[in-house]
Amino acid sequence: MDLLASQLINGLHVGSIYALIALGYTMVYGIIKLINFAHGDIIMVGAYTAVITLVSLNWSPVAALIAAIVVCVLLGLTIERVAYKPLRSSPRISSLITAIGVSMLLQNAALLLFGAQPRPFPIVLKVEPLRFGGLQISFITLLTLGVTALLMISLQTFVHNSKPGKAMRAASEDYATAQLMGINVNNIISLTFAIGSALAAIGAYLYVMAYPAVSPTMGSLPGLKAFIAAVLGGIGIIPGAMLGAFVLGIAESLAKAYISSQMSDAVVYFILILVLLFKPTGLMGKPSGEKV
Amino acid sequence: MLKVNEINLFYGSIHTLRDISFQVCAGEIVSLIGANGAGKSSILNAISGLVPIASGDILFQGQSIRKTPAFRLVSRGLAQVPEGRRVFARMSVMENLEMGAFTRQEASGIRDDLEMVFDHFPRLKERRKQAAGTLSGGEQQMLAMGRALMSRPKLLMMDEPSMGLAPLLVSEIFDIIHQINREGTTILLVEQNAQMALSLANRAYVLETGKIVKEGLGSTLLADEDVRKAYLGG
Repeated sequence: MDLLASQLINGLHVGSIYALIALGYTMVYGIIKLINFAHGDIIMVGAYTAVITLVSLNWSPVAALIAAIVVCVLLGLTIERVAYKPLRSSPRISSLITAIGVSMLLQNAALLLFGAQPRPFPIVLKVEPLRFGGLQISFITLLTLGVTALLMISLQTFVHNSKPGKAMRAASEDYATAQLMGINVNNIISLTFAIGSALAAIGAYLYVMAYPAVSPTMGSLPGLKAFIAAVLGGIGIIPGAMLGAFVLGIAESLAKAYISSQMSDAVVYFILILVLLFKPTGLMGKPSGEKV
Repeated sequence: MLKVNEINLFYGSIHTLRDISFQVCAGEIVSLIGANGAGKSSILNAISGLVPIASGDILFQGQSIRKTPAFRLVSRGLAQVPEGRRVFARMSVMENLEMGAFTRQEASGIRDDLEMVFDHFPRLKERRKQAAGTLSGGEQQMLAMGRALMSRPKLLMMDEPSMGLAPLLVSEIFDIIHQINREGTTILLVEQNAQMALSLANRAYVLETGKIVKEGLGSTLLADEDVRKAYLGG
């Protein structure tokens, strides 16, 4: 019983981090129909920014987090402006390949700058784990869950109640018609990249607090998992990315405990295949209706 | 109000619009009629800046808007009801109308216009909390028109408002277009339903494979032999 409970909590923990990253994939896809493969590497850049500011510059943990957010947002905006914007009217495959190229560029730039040797991420929080009966929950887990919940509520409030948020939903439903409303879609796209990158930076920080190793390719796996989470929930749909991420995190951690830790990724992919077989648009995706 | 000067438009290697020239004066209803694929929608999309023209010029209130991006035209008084209505299906009726007023700041003016839209289309008021995608085709057309009106346009361009609607609804929609025009909005109407479009219009242009082949008063064209044969079933 305790094993099950603690695995569920672990699942929510990794699921939270996947969710923060998955939101960036899904929001960008929602508007420009691009799988931004460089998004996973934003995590890596965020993690390096945090580790350098913390260790080499001796900044406080909060300052390091802010630095990571700022660097990731600027990087996300730059990538969009330099790599994707010129291809806005090209076939989608061009921007997809460009995204893969940007990802490789970031990884190799990090390799060149920082070397292949992983850097340890320092302990920024020393709090005893909390006990609930026989259950032990680390403070980092609680913090991750809390921060993620707060960010998701804020994001939902933003896209449903604010004017730029509504414009973002309008642009994601119909890019051309949004322009006919007077919405500057270029600004909306920049805003989307900025929000996605900021969430990824926070996700990166929470990720290295739990798995304290920073390396040039560290973003690939969480990036891939988050992408799967986004597809699982229905790509382009914000609550879908959240749901997909939690389903995936819990499945992964249950598989680790009850099946085998080597097989956990296989289980994740199997679930993805099953969902896509029976509901190709993802868990929360609606079949694309005729617009006549 | 609007002057289109010898514009040419290409989609890939297809020459969609050939030296199209026409104008719309303040207060008028002008119709562009023609068969499917004649280039009617392309003209509207060229004016609103969604597709770039290869040559020629477009003047709106005396100023060239050829290079003005689509989103800047709304605050200058140009609104378009796109073909196929294109309401934001997952957003509520109210949110769709809010998007129509996206460029405006004055809350009281927006509220007045919302009342005006609900006066024209009482059904939208009943359904204001519903997702736009759940509305019927006619209601979606009303929403698309209401949404465009929310920008308080000087010139309203409408692309096939009758498409896919039952005849009774079509005349209802055209009545409302007439009313909107009487309240001071200039209208450029693109239609396949030539009968309705010509009866409503002050002036009209007939488009064939990317060229204007005839122009005249709505009533004159309605009586024109060739037009009757080609578009009005004899």
